[in-house]
Amino acid sequence: MFNLDKLNEVYHTLSSNLLRTILTAFGVGWGVLMLMVMLGAGNGLENGVKSEFDGFAANAGFMWTRRTTMPYKGFKRGRGFEMNNADMKALESVEGVDVISPRNKIGGYRGANNVVRGDKTGAFGVNGDYPQINKIQTYRVMTKGRFINDDDVRERRKVAAIGERVYEILYEPGEDPIGTYIKINNINFMVVGVANTTRSGNDAEEDIQDIYIPMSTFQAAFNYGDVIGWFGYVANENYKPEEVQALIMDKLKSRHSIHPKDDNAFGKFTFQERFESMNNTFAGIKLISWVVGILTLIAGVIGISNIMLVIVKERTKELGVRRAIGATPYAVISQIILESVILTTLAGFLGLLLGVGLVEASDNFIKHQVFLNPTIDVRVAAIALSIIIVSGIFAGLLPAYRAVTIKPVDALRTK
Amino acid sequence: MIQLKNIRKSYLVGNSTLEVLKGIDLEIKEGEFVSIMGSSGSGKSTLLNIIGLLDELDEGEYILDKTPIVDLSETKAAQYRSKFLGFVFQSFNLINFKSALENVALPLYYQGVSRKKRNELAMEYLEKVGLGPWAEHLPSELSGGQKQRVAIARALISDPKVILADEPTGALDSKTSYEVMDLFKQINDSGITVVIVTHENDIAEKTDRIIRVKDGLIVEPSHV
Repeated sequence: MFNLDKLNEVYHTLSSNLLRTILTAFGVGWGVLMLMVMLGAGNGLENGVKSEFDGFAANAGFMWTRRTTMPYKGFKRGRGFEMNNADMKALESVEGVDVISPRNKIGGYRGANNVVRGDKTGAFGVNGDYPQINKIQTYRVMTKGRFINDDDVRERRKVAAIGERVYEILYEPGEDPIGTYIKINNINFMVVGVANTTRSGNDAEEDIQDIYIPMSTFQAAFNYGDVIGWFGYVANENYKPEEVQALIMDKLKSRHSIHPKDDNAFGKFTFQERFESMNNTFAGIKLISWVVGILTLIAGVIGISNIMLVIVKERTKELGVRRAIGATPYAVISQIILESVILTTLAGFLGLLLGVGLVEASDNFIKHQVFLNPTIDVRVAAIALSIIIVSGIFAGLLPAYRAVTIKPVDALRTK
Repeated sequence: MIQLKNIRKSYLVGNSTLEVLKGIDLEIKEGEFVSIMGSSGSGKSTLLNIIGLLDELDEGEYILDKTPIVDLSETKAAQYRSKFLGFVFQSFNLINFKSALENVALPLYYQGVSRKKRNELAMEYLEKVGLGPWAEHLPSELSGGQKQRVAIARALISDPKVILADEPTGALDSKTSYEVMDLFKQINDSGITVVIVTHENDIAEKTDRIIRVKDGLIVEPSHV
């Protein structure tokens, strides 16, 4: 099929009307470019959105209380209720639960200044935590000192681990914070560690503006009694997070006199659930990208087919001569299809390169979290390229058929 | 070499059929130098096209080099043309983006001969027609006579049994025409059958036998 002579002829045919060739090629190149840009953008979006899950245990979930939505045991619907320390203790023995980590939070983003050190102040989120929170939020890394530990919780110590930004705002550069004191809502806490995050973007910004103190200290210092705001859990490897979520809810329902079917009394969230629904969304985006991209490509391929028909018509006499001197129909057909394939592939390949280049370049100037690493993997590029080559063959079929259905004698007679 | 019996051929023109060949009987022996003469519309070119397997006959019997030509597929026809026949046309029909050498070599390309081998042979044939120094020239850089000689070299390179020439001198002045006819004579002397279609008497007279075609029939005793 391939040899130097054929390639030489392809070159002559395609270069004899360069502008026409370029305009034709543009159609296919554009189709492939669109496909690549759409796939790349979809990928970027997917990576960006899914990066929110980075730094969390994959089989983790969270739960908090809302109002009941069903009357039960003499209680009206719409009743508020609160979880407490005893609930958490009870949940530890629920089947499938690996980790339970309750949490309370005050202050935080856009709050009033609540933390003071000397003449420096800041508004930070203050979390009442257990050390096992790190098994759910795996993104936290200590750059100085330590995180709060079980002894801190048991002895209700007034100690705090602070985020990197908290340190930057409250301390002079280079100052050692370990053992120093900061005032949270006018109560002195000793700093035992500084925490950074492995996440990036807005999430990271929030992560390093947090302060962590023992839950027991939090409840005593800020008058929370034994109330728990929300908690995170990790399902063990034998259970899906949704299954554990149901078991936990059953336990809490019975402890708080909530109707057994009143799932809406709880706010809840698991990564897996979100992950699956997102996967569907992104599969949809991908499908649309392929469909639109390939339809655009088809428009380009029809353009190629069209122009090949024109070329065949222009060369009718020449093809007649070739057949008179011994070219078989196969030789003519393969020649024309080769031309079509080369033109399509060249155009498609340029579109592919340009598309990939554009997508890669966009990574440099779009620095937003919902758009991360918009790459096109090699497999997709290979699939696209084989689609291009196959469509090149199809584009050449009709013109090739036209070229050999005309009798040599008629071909020779054309002017 | 060529035997035609009661060859009929008609074309559909609009709604009516136009009978071009009305029963041609003809025999051309190996090594003959023949011209087919006739006025425009006499059917002489159609006859040549049928002999050259470029067109199909409607009725009759055609035997080419002891091979009966029946129900030929286009692929088979191409192979026979490649094996038995060499064509020379009035308008030369060289491929304009190929050099003289490449044009001459083209039939061998379709026979699957290697590039090196066919270029060597092509050079040999170009030298035979006296165009060695013009091997790398494009057709647009050659005179009419030179182009026709390139075309003749191209017809000869596949070592055909028959050369078919359709008005080979039609686009040439008389001096060049005679030179081209001399070339055909030399080719014929080497043993190849040569059939020339022409409407010019002085050209036809250069051949050994003149076959006159009129209104789709052979009108004269074929031997002069």
